[in-house]
Amino acid sequence: MTNTSEPSTDDAVENAHVSAINAFCGPVESSIYRDQQRVIVPVEKSFDALSMLKDRGFDLFIDVTCVDYLEYRKAKHRYGLVYLLASTINAERLTVRTFVDDPQPTVASVVPLWEAANWLEREVWDLFGIHFTGHPDLRRLVMPEEFTAHPLRKDYPLQGRGERHNFPVITRDHS
Amino acid sequence: MAVTQPESPSLELPENVVVSRLDELASWCRKNSLWPMPFATACCGIELMATGAAKHDLSRFGAEVFRFSPRQCDLMIVAGRVVMKMLPVLQRIWQQMHEPKWCISMGACASTGGVFDTYAVVQGIDRFIPVDMYVPGCPPRPEQLIQAIIDLQDKIQAEGTVAGREFNTRQRQDTKRALVECPDNLTLDASRNPNLQRELSNSAINLN
Repeated sequence: MTNTSEPSTDDAVENAHVSAINAFCGPVESSIYRDQQRVIVPVEKSFDALSMLKDRGFDLFIDVTCVDYLEYRKAKHRYGLVYLLASTINAERLTVRTFVDDPQPTVASVVPLWEAANWLEREVWDLFGIHFTGHPDLRRLVMPEEFTAHPLRKDYPLQGRGERHNFPVITRDHS
Repeated sequence: MAVTQPESPSLELPENVVVSRLDELASWCRKNSLWPMPFATACCGIELMATGAAKHDLSRFGAEVFRFSPRQCDLMIVAGRVVMKMLPVLQRIWQQMHEPKWCISMGACASTGGVFDTYAVVQGIDRFIPVDMYVPGCPPRPEQLIQAIIDLQDKIQAEGTVAGREFNTRQRQDTKRALVECPDNLTLDASRNPNLQRELSNSAINLN
């Protein structure tokens, strides 16, 4: 738990988490953008790093989402996962990122840590096809169950592959 | 209601008696008691609510009784975009409605998909269920919806039958479509169309 008695030394407080991650999984990339501390962790250690951050006071799981970096300039990986954490105890926020790649983008589920991640990870699975190992119920969230593609991937056409018109036609004779 | 003259001139009607066809009577009853099923999925639904509310007052046309059970409705008003996941629901509700029934596709999204030309949005509900009236607009004003209901009433009165024969076959269904083809003799050639000539000369005067 960080020391909360010094509110002004933001950098020291933020860096405490980053240095803890540094100590845990080797040197990591970190930056501050618009006063928000960001840190990039390797995918194989993402669960342990997030578990450690939870123990350090990040009790509120805000969001997990994904970015597809296909055809993005200078991108080294295809998918970037974004975890937004907050601490209601210390009034802190932290953005944790990790990268996964084709052909089987897989990352450990954080539902054992935060129950709030359940539907969020289902949404990311639905729209981006990131597989979350250890998720209790990894089904599609927003698209129909019979849908086969992951439509927010950049190589999926905007107008779909005809799924939207794959329905029976009901005429006056049927009803 | 149209009143037909009795065949025999010798038969005299008593006072307060009107002779008509049963089809006309049934259609007259049906058209003045349309119970809408509000399938409102987007901003068109707000205009639909405004149409039913006090200012525009759909009860003037006998269609104010919005029912949320399809078993009690005979006019489905699809107001808003319909996505893949919603279309089976829409079809199920349409099939649960009893005959005779009609459908109004309200707004650009329900009619064509509108601006939502994406993987999940159905590009016009008339691909999958029969539609009697299309209302343009994004969203349409309540007056436009009221006009569509009045037009639908005219259509019911004109072609309705007690047994619902107008719904029976594919050919009859096609003639029910609100969008009829342009007749061949309708032309945009001003030299052969006096109405268009008049319009053009008027607009020329306005411009000058």
